[in-house]
Amino acid sequence: MTAVQETFTDPTTHLTDTDIENLGAELDAIREQVIASRGERDADYIRTVIDAQRKLELGSRAVLLFSLFPPAWLAGTVGLSVSKIIENMEIGHNVMHGQWDWMRDPAIHSTTWEWDNASPADMWKHSHNELHHTYTNVRGKDNDLGYGIMRVDDEQPWKPLYLIQPISNAINACLFQYGIAFYDLEIGRYLKGRVEKDDFISRGKKVLAKIRRQATRDYVLHPLLSGPSALSTLTANLTANLVRNLWTHSVIMCGHFPEGVQTFAKDSIDGETRGQWYLRQMLGSANISGSPAMHFMTGNLSYQIEHHLFPDLPSNRYQEIAPKVQEIFERYGLTYTTGPLPKQVASAWREIIRLSVPNRPSQHAKGVQQ
Amino acid sequence: MTLTAPLTASRTTPTATLRAQMMKLAERISTPLLPADYLDVIDPLRSGAALRGRIVAIHPETRDAVTLVIRPGRGWRGHMPGQYIRIGVDVDGVRQWRAYSLTSPTGRPDGCISITVKAIPDGVVSNYLVRRARVGTVIQLDQAAGEFTLDRPAPAKVLFVTAGSGITPVMGMLRNLPANSATDVVIVHSAPTAADVIFGGELRKLADRGRIRLVEIHTDTDGLLDVASLQDVVTDLPERHTWACGPIGLLDALESRWAAAGLAEILHTERFRTTVIATGEGGTVTFTAAGTAAENDGTQSLLDTGEAAGVLMPSGCRMGICFGCVAPLRRGAVRDLRTGALTTAAEGDGVVIQTCISAAAGPCDIDL
Repeated sequence: MTAVQETFTDPTTHLTDTDIENLGAELDAIREQVIASRGERDADYIRTVIDAQRKLELGSRAVLLFSLFPPAWLAGTVGLSVSKIIENMEIGHNVMHGQWDWMRDPAIHSTTWEWDNASPADMWKHSHNELHHTYTNVRGKDNDLGYGIMRVDDEQPWKPLYLIQPISNAINACLFQYGIAFYDLEIGRYLKGRVEKDDFISRGKKVLAKIRRQATRDYVLHPLLSGPSALSTLTANLTANLVRNLWTHSVIMCGHFPEGVQTFAKDSIDGETRGQWYLRQMLGSANISGSPAMHFMTGNLSYQIEHHLFPDLPSNRYQEIAPKVQEIFERYGLTYTTGPLPKQVASAWREIIRLSVPNRPSQHAKGVQQ
Repeated sequence: MTLTAPLTASRTTPTATLRAQMMKLAERISTPLLPADYLDVIDPLRSGAALRGRIVAIHPETRDAVTLVIRPGRGWRGHMPGQYIRIGVDVDGVRQWRAYSLTSPTGRPDGCISITVKAIPDGVVSNYLVRRARVGTVIQLDQAAGEFTLDRPAPAKVLFVTAGSGITPVMGMLRNLPANSATDVVIVHSAPTAADVIFGGELRKLADRGRIRLVEIHTDTDGLLDVASLQDVVTDLPERHTWACGPIGLLDALESRWAAAGLAEILHTERFRTTVIATGEGGTVTFTAAGTAAENDGTQSLLDTGEAAGVLMPSGCRMGICFGCVAPLRRGAVRDLRTGALTTAAEGDGVVIQTCISAAAGPCDIDL
């Protein structure tokens, strides 16, 4: 019986160094055009989204004060789920990326934003903005490749722990906001002795304090304010947080786990040029195709490729530059990985299941990757 | 999210303690935001909010000046005639702060205040306010400030020397003089032409009624005001307390003449912020919190310069994508090493830059 051997073919062998630098220049030009035209309509966009989200949240929590009545429970839970998703994805993630810092509004700024999530903003920014976006898909450096508990690419060595990864992934999905919080705590690094104990303890306290504040609000205060509806408000809030966790987990999986997404060896990024950095972002990310509503609810992470190319451009612009980016992929002979949401989620899950068991070492173990 | 600090119980009266406890409870419910962040969505001008105002009317004054009537939020503490306010206006999405003199009577029945803005060439905010501002827009405000105010009671004899938009604080003072005021007012005002005199109609009517003596100098035809000849125009000059507002040259000349005549204490000047931010290749970078200064040649990043000088510099990707190195540029000019784009800042602008991709483009102060 022969196991399926995944043969890796470097998709960039047809590109010369000059090609890659030209690619970089073309992408730089797209970025410059967006920055030059950034202005009032973009500012109006984010202000409108924030305004609407806060009203939706207030309204939903107000409705939940009467959650004993099933229609109120349903309406409030749906509204709160949607508002939490928008706050985390379209607003929080993007504001903390610095996409709106150019407005010079201290209320909408990467240095001041704290989001509705168990993970403290500054710790999230470190692991996401600094580590994930700089070392995107570099094995051994980008821990988003499985969060330290899963194997998501053929090139990652297999460990027995990964046998249960479909289950760990499912649990992580349900508890995703806590998953992120503990992931950002970098427990693994601490256990390997790479983080000072005092440092780790103070960070741990920070995480626990944030979790405590979030949980008190959702599971103690809001229910208590609902008087007779206390228990149903509690279940409503638990449900809304669960819905947010499941949705964000699924969307985020689609960014780098589906089939067709490439990972990179640690030493392959030594001396990486700007063009090569762009190329790695292009090959290491996957998009999701669908309706404007879907794009909005994913916080425009459905444009993961565009986001990874330009993490600091306003999210409303990704859909505008996507056709140009796609055209560049075609001209340089690269595959623009995308697909409808169910297909991409299924693809990610298939990879997680497939890679939970060891596969034969493939032929390209020593091959040159980008 | 709002940066207003939570209310802490500083007095021990029962109501104060109860208030503080309610505030704390509200914060625990609104976390991670502050209650103000939600209340702002409902009523940005309520009492207790960060100070804001809404433009309720725009009146053209001259071909390049308008008066904006603003309804301030309920936290507005009033002003003294001659003072100015800083306003924060979003122009093309970017928040810009500028200072303008208040021209309204202090006790307007409708509670509104007014400023009069003259568009200066290449002025981002002034041109926006004069040409594009719309009624209904909410702007950020600061409480009234400034010491360019008329004494109370006003002196017996007063001279105002103004030019261009320098008439605005003076108008603020004039409109607040009591109707039965016996003060003898002389105004010497310069503007390019008669049509460019802001509040020209109102001033000339006051002159006709004998309430003030108005001397207009139309610089296009009469040339610039010669400070030396003021004595001939206003013969009792040494008896008049003088308030002057206009270009730097005019104010410098007045100050040296008054000082020479030993009359420095009766001259008051208001210098409008003319931010001339020096730009060039490289410059001295002052790290204000660390108390260190270092030279940057314009090709090295501020992050590298700071680290070499021993300053504790936050950093991340060191390539401009993660925003882990952002720091306030208190004043000065920096250039984006990737694109050459220039960013300038003056005190109070709230400009924040990424140190890993910025180099000095002139002297600059970084709050690190």
